[in-house]
Parts: sequence; C-alpha cells; structure tokens
Amino acid sequence: MSKRFDHDEEGIAELLRQLPPAPADWVAAAKQLPAARAGLDALVARAEADVELRRRVVAELDAALQSEGIEPEERVVEELRRRLDA
Amino acid sequence: MSIPAPDAQLVARCRAGDENAWHELVDRYGRYVHAIATRGYGLRGGDAEDVFQEVFARIYERLATLRKPDALRAWIGQTTRRCCIDRIRARSDEVLLAEPDDVPVETLGRLDDALDVRDALARLSPECAEILDRFFCRDESYRAIGDRLGLPAGTIASRISRCLGKLRELFADESPEGKKQVTTTVS
Repeated sequence: MSKRFDHDEEGIAELLRQLPPAPADWVAAAKQLPAARAGLDALVARAEADVELRRRVVAELDAALQSEGIEPEERVVEELRRRLDA
Repeated sequence: MSIPAPDAQLVARCRAGDENAWHELVDRYGRYVHAIATRGYGLRGGDAEDVFQEVFARIYERLATLRKPDALRAWIGQTTRRCCIDRIRARSDEVLLAEPDDVPVETLGRLDDALDVRDALARLSPECAEILDRFFCRDESYRAIGDRLGLPAGTIASRISRCLGKLRELFADESPEGKKQVTTTVS
C-alpha cells in the first residue's frame, strides 16, 4: 500500500463507515459464480450432445437450470438461451 | 481477519481455478462495489443488486484478460462505474437530473481511501478489527458488540478508542516530508 493519508482518527472512523457490508445474499450469490458457470457449461455440453435434452432445456430454461442447482437469474437464463441458440 | 494477499496473487489463484481465491476476491471487493453503486450512484434495491451481480459476473468472465493483475482494484472500480451508468441510462422511464457520470471524483476517491483503511484493519489484532468493523461498519451498539465478543459493554467505548488509535498509527507520519506507508502489523 503506497497511498499517503492525512486523516485523523475521526476521519479514519468516517472512512470505515463508508464501507458497510454488502447484503449477505448478494455476496453469497457472487461467490457461487464459479460453480454456476461450471454447471452451465456442463448443461450446455450435454444439451449439445443430446437433441431431445436440448429441446427440453430450450423449452424450460428456468427448470433446466434449477435441476442443475443453478439459480435461474435473468442474466444466466439469457446466457443459456444465447448459447443454445448459437 | 487475516492480512490479505496482494491482488496479483489473488488473481493468479483465481485464474488457476481456486474457488477459495474467488471467495476472497468477493469478500475483499464486495463492500467496495456495493458502496460505489449505492453511495456513489445512489442505486437502490434491485438496481443495486443487479449491478453488484453484473460486476462480479464480468470480473469473473474477464479475469483471464486482465493485463495487469495488480490493477485489479482499479479495474473493479471502473467496471462498477460502467455498470452503474449503464443501469441508470437504461431507465427510460426516469428523467435524469444529472448525467450519470457526474458523480464527483471526490466521492469515488473517498471510497478508495475507505478501502485502504478497510485493508489496514487486517493488520490490527483480530479483536480490534472486529470491534471497529462492528461499531463503524455494521453500526452495532456497545451492548451488541459486548455480547458478541464476550466483553463488558462498558469497556467497548475505550476499546474502540484504543483500536482506532492503533489504526491511526498505521497511517501516522513517519517520513520527514509526509505520511508513512502501511507496512507493519499492530496488535
């Protein structure tokens, strides 16, 4: 850390107040990104290798994600749709 | 709270597929991203949450392309600002009172300073770091802090003062011309 500070104790206390924790569920969701990404990749790979599975996944994107343990957030659903449409 | 690894190390571990490193990255920068969205750009509720998730999704997806891993913080800050501006501009049903990129530089600079102080907390004793975090960041009462840490509530104020003093020492003037850099651990 190379930054220089002019803050007294009151100033430092005020800076501490600037960074309250983000909501715990937001943080938990962000931490799940690697697992969600791996699950999405696996689902797409299986769907690309199985026409019937692909049809079912495209028809029920949310349910397909949930069955993989992935929260069907809008961004994730859109990515799955995009990857299977490609 | 342990002393955080340098960002470049954290990035290298994330790139190697270490999920714990990703968790550390989210823990380290979650407050920063949240504060830029809510305090810097005034986003609330679902907008702030969407930006938060979008930022970390972009960071995760593009981590391999980051040319200077030690510039992680600047990259996250810039990505967060872009996501906030995109979100505000996307609200076609709202009249903007100011251009979204008019957020004062001082506000964002202040959050950068706050993150430096936050990182310095890890160089205090775990008890000091927790007391300061609970009081200043989580807005907990003396009683709640005392109950949580098994300390008499009547001693919390003096402990806060002492711990704040130790944190201040990390930034105390050391060099002839100015302020010192944070390099030591204070217990």
